[in-house]
Amino acid sequence: MARKIRVVVGKGGLDGHDRGAKVVASAMRDAGFEVIYTGLHQTPEMVVQAAVQEDVDVVALSILSGAHMTLFPRVWQLMRDRGLNDVLLTGGGIISKEDMEALRKLGVGDLFGPGTTTGAIVDYVRAWVAANRAGKLGLAS
Amino acid sequence: MANGRTQSPPETPGSPGAAHTTAGAKGAAPAEPRFETMSGIPLKAVYTEADRRPDLQERLGEPGAFPYTRALFPEGYRTRLWTMRQFAGFGSAEDTNQRFHYLLGQGVTGLSTAFDMPTLMGYDADHPMSLGEVGREGVAVSTLEDMETLFRGIPLDKVTTSMTINAPAIVLLAMYIAVGEKQGLKASQLGGTIQADMLKEFIAQKEWICPPRPHVKICVDMIEWCAANMPKWNSISISGYHIREAGATAAQELAFTLADGIGYVEECVKRGMDVDDFAPRLSFFWDVHNDFFEEIAKFRAARRIWATVMRDRFGAKNPRSCMLRTHAQTAGVSLTAQQPLNNVARVALQALAAVLGGTQSLHTNSMDETLALPTEEAVTVALRTQQIVAYETGVANTVDPFGGSYFMEALTDTMEAEALTYIKRIDEMGGIITAVERGYPQKEIADSAYRFQLQVERGERIVVGVNKFASDEDDLPIPVLKIDPDIERRQSERVQSVKATRDAARHAAAMKALRDACMSDKNLVPFVLDAVKAHATLGEISDLFREAYGVYREPAVF
Repeated sequence: MARKIRVVVGKGGLDGHDRGAKVVASAMRDAGFEVIYTGLHQTPEMVVQAAVQEDVDVVALSILSGAHMTLFPRVWQLMRDRGLNDVLLTGGGIISKEDMEALRKLGVGDLFGPGTTTGAIVDYVRAWVAANRAGKLGLAS
Repeated sequence: MANGRTQSPPETPGSPGAAHTTAGAKGAAPAEPRFETMSGIPLKAVYTEADRRPDLQERLGEPGAFPYTRALFPEGYRTRLWTMRQFAGFGSAEDTNQRFHYLLGQGVTGLSTAFDMPTLMGYDADHPMSLGEVGREGVAVSTLEDMETLFRGIPLDKVTTSMTINAPAIVLLAMYIAVGEKQGLKASQLGGTIQADMLKEFIAQKEWICPPRPHVKICVDMIEWCAANMPKWNSISISGYHIREAGATAAQELAFTLADGIGYVEECVKRGMDVDDFAPRLSFFWDVHNDFFEEIAKFRAARRIWATVMRDRFGAKNPRSCMLRTHAQTAGVSLTAQQPLNNVARVALQALAAVLGGTQSLHTNSMDETLALPTEEAVTVALRTQQIVAYETGVANTVDPFGGSYFMEALTDTMEAEALTYIKRIDEMGGIITAVERGYPQKEIADSAYRFQLQVERGERIVVGVNKFASDEDDLPIPVLKIDPDIERRQSERVQSVKATRDAARHAAAMKALRDACMSDKNLVPFVLDAVKAHATLGEISDLFREAYGVYREPAVF
């Protein structure tokens, strides 16, 4: 049986809006993923440390405070530094299309805004992990 | 009536007795169409004389009389319209000061300040935790100088100000008093509100410095000091808004908020304060969501429960102690990023419900708030919406127009009963502070949020433009406010410049006195006031609280 998909759901920075992160964490749990929720007010270092310790497939970051253009690149860089090259960085929050595009160019995965269904997020993560495990994404760990 | 018709499994989300398992919410096949409120209260097609309680008249009271179900004042809005108070804050103190002047020019009748995340969490702009957050979600205020800039040109004895600040509220209150003094005003001349409701922070908004008990102690310090020194000031705004936005149902919002109120009153009474000395300055803050009648019923039930609790549980004698005065804000969480112009209609209907519910002041959200902080144009439409309700619809002419309606009275009774069941359960746990420490309301809210989301995803709950009537033209380009990225650097420099130029000896003495006071059970307000006047920064004072009381980390559960 394939290893369960392991996800760290992180709340970065000072943002306390945790409704979305908790709903997504619950939906991923119900979809059969192993979900590690970091809790609030995590620094990028803490989120990446959790990802390393928990040996996850996916880091999902929730940011509704407008700090996404600082926090996503920082988490992305720390993931490179720690060798998490085959781990997906995705997330959601109040993030403009323009900013989503800029982060995608950096290498961050799809980001999800208000109105997204949890089903869409689960499907995306499942497809990405399947492709990655099949070696189709060409990511070295 | 999109939200009235749902097909959820036969359970009552608002009821504490309901089985809150996600499996139950997920697995069941769609049942027969059911008609219920957003809170899950079942609805009949027709209400009649048979639904009317025999003691209705006593439970209603005349407008302006106990238990204030109908209204706080005999003539309602004829005496005075609600205050149109638009929440604003972004970027630097100069940016927000400019927005304040614009809003006053457009006819707002009160100011309301949104602070940025570092300020809300007690960090100066130059702290490493503030990285990327300065001025993004509100205005950055680290020093007394920032506060002076924020209110430049605004006479604080003429305009009332509401400040949405909680964990470091005592610092901002002190800064506001100090700015008033520079305008030649005494604290007693200042009118306004400071939110300073820490219980709902731990329940829902999640901004804190220390653990719950020291924070509640500081809230009580403010209530006590304001009762003696600021007769026109609301020393707390006991808030359901954030509880609702985090996912609570209307009934849970009502219950947890009133339970918080009871918690503060208990703490004040324990300190030896006479309830009638402070209770008249307690104020409340409700969310106004889409379910039109349920929201109106919530306002009415809240007034009745509070009046009864204050008289019968706390022995209040002053009628004003029994009057639940409230601010209201339309529900941010109800707005959609898809087809954002539709939000104007949602806000208008919610605003109407708040007015029919008898709010004392109102903020209407802007259509673009799921995308960013609002632009000036979007804020103007939101304010105009209130002005249309006030001046064109005629709804302000008659007090509590739904009073006596079979349906409205039955709904008010049910909301009241559900809230009282929760309050009883919280009392049995040992009170709201203990319940919060155990994570009880937090878990109830997270469960409701998840249930709501699943209902939307199964199409049992309609969100126009999202899961029904969606269109490919969602990306209607509406202008979005941009925050100058350079603000962080400039704000950090300002903090450092204040630290470099202040009287170091005076600062050190004030900080030492405050540190000593934190170790005692003294009221901290006078000490914080001295520290602020000695140009201690918000971050420095918050650090002192961290040192004295410890830091709080929430158990990460979902």
